[in-house]
Amino acid sequence: MSEKVLMKGNEALAEAAIMAGCRHYFGYPITPQTEVAAYMAKKMPKIGGTFLQAESEIAAINMVIGAAASGVRAMTSSSSPGISLKSEGISYLAGCELPALIVNVQRGGPGLGGIQPSQSDYFQAIKGGGHGDYHLIVLAPASVQEMFDMAFKGFNLSEKYRVPAMILADGTMGQMMEPVSLDANEVEHYDKPWATVGTGKHEGRNIINSLSLSPKQLEDWNIARFARYKKIEENEVMYEEYMTEDAEIVIVAFGIAARVSKNAVKEARRRGIKAGMLRPITLWPFPKKALNALADKAKAFLSVELNMGQMADDVKLAVNCKKPVYFYGRTGGVIMTPEEVLDEIEKIEKGEAEQW
Amino acid sequence: MGHYGSGKTFTAVNYATYLSAQGKKVSIYDMDIVNPYFRTVDAEKFLSDNGVELVVSPYAETNVDIPAMNAKSYRMIHDKTRYAVLDIGGDERGALALGRFYEEILKENDYNAFWVVNPYRIETRNFKDALAIKDEIESAARIKFTGIVNCANLGEETTADTVLYGKKFCDGLSEITGLPVVFSAVRQDLADKTGLKDVLPIRPIKYVNWI
Repeated sequence: MSEKVLMKGNEALAEAAIMAGCRHYFGYPITPQTEVAAYMAKKMPKIGGTFLQAESEIAAINMVIGAAASGVRAMTSSSSPGISLKSEGISYLAGCELPALIVNVQRGGPGLGGIQPSQSDYFQAIKGGGHGDYHLIVLAPASVQEMFDMAFKGFNLSEKYRVPAMILADGTMGQMMEPVSLDANEVEHYDKPWATVGTGKHEGRNIINSLSLSPKQLEDWNIARFARYKKIEENEVMYEEYMTEDAEIVIVAFGIAARVSKNAVKEARRRGIKAGMLRPITLWPFPKKALNALADKAKAFLSVELNMGQMADDVKLAVNCKKPVYFYGRTGGVIMTPEEVLDEIEKIEKGEAEQW
Repeated sequence: MGHYGSGKTFTAVNYATYLSAQGKKVSIYDMDIVNPYFRTVDAEKFLSDNGVELVVSPYAETNVDIPAMNAKSYRMIHDKTRYAVLDIGGDERGALALGRFYEEILKENDYNAFWVVNPYRIETRNFKDALAIKDEIESAARIKFTGIVNCANLGEETTADTVLYGKKFCDGLSEITGLPVVFSAVRQDLADKTGLKDVLPIRPIKYVNWI
């Protein structure tokens, strides 16, 4: 059999999580993410793993906390409204310093919204969602192959830093089918002396907890964790640059919006406009330095997103007023066309666009 | 019918227009109660341009996430003047949609039930797995397959060799099950390159313009 198979993004992600050693999945069905759970339901019993459909999203994320505390690779997946329900648990995971993988296959919002694709949970993923001083490592796949690869990456980074990781996909990434190479990525193993595996296996008691009775102690915990966040920001930023070498107008887009924008960049080049694109692969840590460096040579930045303008703020902060930042987006489950993005590029070129 | 993601909708849409091109009156019934995205309704214009009537749930490709069929679906049984091509959702869950009609279909006994097979799908890569899904579908649909359709494809990366491997795979399934391989569904531009006899050319329906 050939090395490549045809898979939906959701399936590829689930298969990769299993290959990365995940044997504990807790979830609850929601469109357009359901194939992750369906795949796990089919596969886990065959390999001695646990698939558990919880009674709610809140129950599922709390099961992840329990499993992660015992040191196993645990994950959950959902779509936008379900992630809102999980947000309390995500904050607890961060507070307990537990590694875990959370997948959000985004759909339109707010509220019940719709089932068509969206990127409007950027704020939720990057700026919190849950309460307290914390960050998630946030990965943004732009192909079915990346859905596969990022499941490995998500677990690896999460365990390396004891920080929960999120794959921020969207309905298109989950539902579309593309050929995938199923070569296992590297699975990194980290000692977990903190795991609650029984006093026979470690000295003294291991306690996993996010409650501190002393404000000073809680501050110390947060400061220590932020030292790790700093390391993540220094070492783990990932992005792809496309035709930025001589680009005057640089699009910043992730996931599906980056796929659309890439076609717009090609067409703009054909028309003689020097366009390029920076695609953040990690949304947190955000490629601030790369964008700031591009701001020295580019003339303008255009953030393209499937929302009303969320990442655009971070682009603006990274560019730090060196150059104007513009925004173009569609929302509610509508995907922009390359032509629409091209129109926006031309407007900027002619000085007709309004700054963000 | 078949494993989900094998290419059933592409096959159904092109098979319907193939029948229509022979002067037959054809309706395509979207009976997919599983998939939220990538449905027959994406091919609406292609179908009407080719004289095929589309019967689809008004909620397909909207934000209404319910497994619904169009109320007109009963016409597939009662309208003897038209050919009915049924696009049924993936796996045994999708095949359940046939449950409502199987008695009438069996009574009339004038049907083909094509098993659409893509050996490049991860869950139907070997005979054992493919046959297991076949059994599940047949018991959910309560209708037995009458033939196999080779739908081997790797999306954009499909080559003539992809199709030929699929033909060999389906021939193997044919030997085991006794079902004939009815045709190979092959992307139009690759059809000649395969050298295969029974080919249904698949015309590209442009769902999206970002791939």
